[in-house]
Amino acid sequence: MTNITPAISVRGLCKSFGALKVLKDIDLDLAPGEVLGLIGPSGSGKSTLIRCLNMLETPTDGTVLFQGRIVSPKFHAKAPAIGTGELRRKVGMIFQHFNLFPHLTVLENITSGPIRVLGEGRAEADAYALDLLAQVGLADKAQAYPAHLSGGQKQRVAIARALAMRPEVLLLDEVTSALDPELVGEVLEVIRRLAIGGMTMVLVTHEMSFAADVASRVIFMEQGKIAEEGSPDQILRNPTSERLRGFLSRFHG
Amino acid sequence: MYNWDFYAIFQSFDLFITGVWVTFLYTAGSIILGILVGLATCFARLSRFWWLRLIARSYQELFRCTPLLVQILWAYYALPMILGITISNTMAGLLTLSLYVGSFYSEIFRGGILAVDKGQREAAAAIGMSGVQSMRYIIMPQAVKNMLPSFINVSIMQLKNTSLLYVISIAELTYMTSVVTSETYRPLEAYSIAAILYFAMLFPLTQLADHFERRMRRSD
Ligand SMILES: Nc1ncnc2c1ncn2[C@@H]1O[C@H](COP(=O)(O)OP(=O)(O)OP(=O)(O)O)[C@@H](O)[C@H]1O
Ligand SMILES: [Mg+2]
Repeated sequence: MTNITPAISVRGLCKSFGALKVLKDIDLDLAPGEVLGLIGPSGSGKSTLIRCLNMLETPTDGTVLFQGRIVSPKFHAKAPAIGTGELRRKVGMIFQHFNLFPHLTVLENITSGPIRVLGEGRAEADAYALDLLAQVGLADKAQAYPAHLSGGQKQRVAIARALAMRPEVLLLDEVTSALDPELVGEVLEVIRRLAIGGMTMVLVTHEMSFAADVASRVIFMEQGKIAEEGSPDQILRNPTSERLRGFLSRFHG
Repeated sequence: MYNWDFYAIFQSFDLFITGVWVTFLYTAGSIILGILVGLATCFARLSRFWWLRLIARSYQELFRCTPLLVQILWAYYALPMILGITISNTMAGLLTLSLYVGSFYSEIFRGGILAVDKGQREAAAAIGMSGVQSMRYIIMPQAVKNMLPSFINVSIMQLKNTSLLYVISIAELTYMTSVVTSETYRPLEAYSIAAILYFAMLFPLTQLADHFERRMRRSD
């Protein structure tokens, strides 16, 4: 991993909302093909961290690099830069509350990015969207509106919408937290297949057994810092520190 | 018992037709201009430049907090004196009506845009849409649905507001009715007809507003 350019690097990242310091000096490297699980108590800054990776939040300080190119405001003459627009074309995000476009059909939700942003033709975009819909098991829903889908179906459409941009990295923020328990499985199954397919992902989750299953590395965040970091075995199955055990025990009992 | 007599009135019915047509023209013209002014003002108020927000805000408050009648009279009598130019009654009337309704539209537009869930803007940004694309393809289509009922209601008011143009002798329906009255000496009949004509123009619009309101509530 030493001489491969990381998909995303973070150096000295800080983020404050007013006086509230939410991220404190975060360093992080995400290797291509890696699935990084991000866990931690509510308010520890997990969402803020991944939202800094595609600039939905503007870092207060520090550097974010995408494939070695500088994104964040602090300009380093050494590295080439990448604009927010290009970054977001290459880094997809999936939200807890789906955020599908309610005035567009499922198909239009998926093709809006390729058509408006990538400039693809409608026929080409439609074909790929239908292909993606089949992959997430929703081939028959192309013409439906989001309001007529279940939560699990909505989230699978949201995944297809992100994939339609052919992203190199996916950011997933508690994508199953808003779902009824019986719908969680179908979404996790789609993510598992992406992981097996080699997609680079950052996965904020409260599904510890799922993280243990698909993540190649797990980070435990606490109060805006990376408190612990290691393999799923180290972090999730054999936690040593008191605070990590305390945190994890809430997900078993 | 009053003896209704519509004979003389019907003789001058073409005057009513002119009045309806002119009323329609001022309504439509000021709504179109008002939409443009309202959009510009709305985006100015959402802008990150404080001086743009200040200008927009001042304009809104000026026009929302003074009576339209005073604005019309001011534009027709005072403004030409200040600027040292002549302003036709058409110009003064159209300008004032447009700026007046624009100040209300701008707030409706702004409310409609702000009512769209902020997750929508984030989702659009996350697939790489620019601010303009996100506004055009994602936010606006949803905002329009939010604001349609209030938009129609203000537009209905706007048609009624045109009757104030009477004071600067613009040939809209109220003014034409006064012309008919002075020709026929039948004020009761003339103003009754005027009321019916206003009603006939507006009733379909209130029904339309209701329709959109019901549809909005259903899709929630
Ligand atoms: N836009 C914002 N303005 C002000 N404070 C914010 C904003 N976004 C997040 N915060 C605060 O930053 C802190 C970290 O929030 P964040 O959403 O990153 O936590 P999280 O780890 O994702 O928590 P959760 O598990 O509940 O999602 C919280 O205290 C939150 O209130
Ligand atoms: Mg969160």
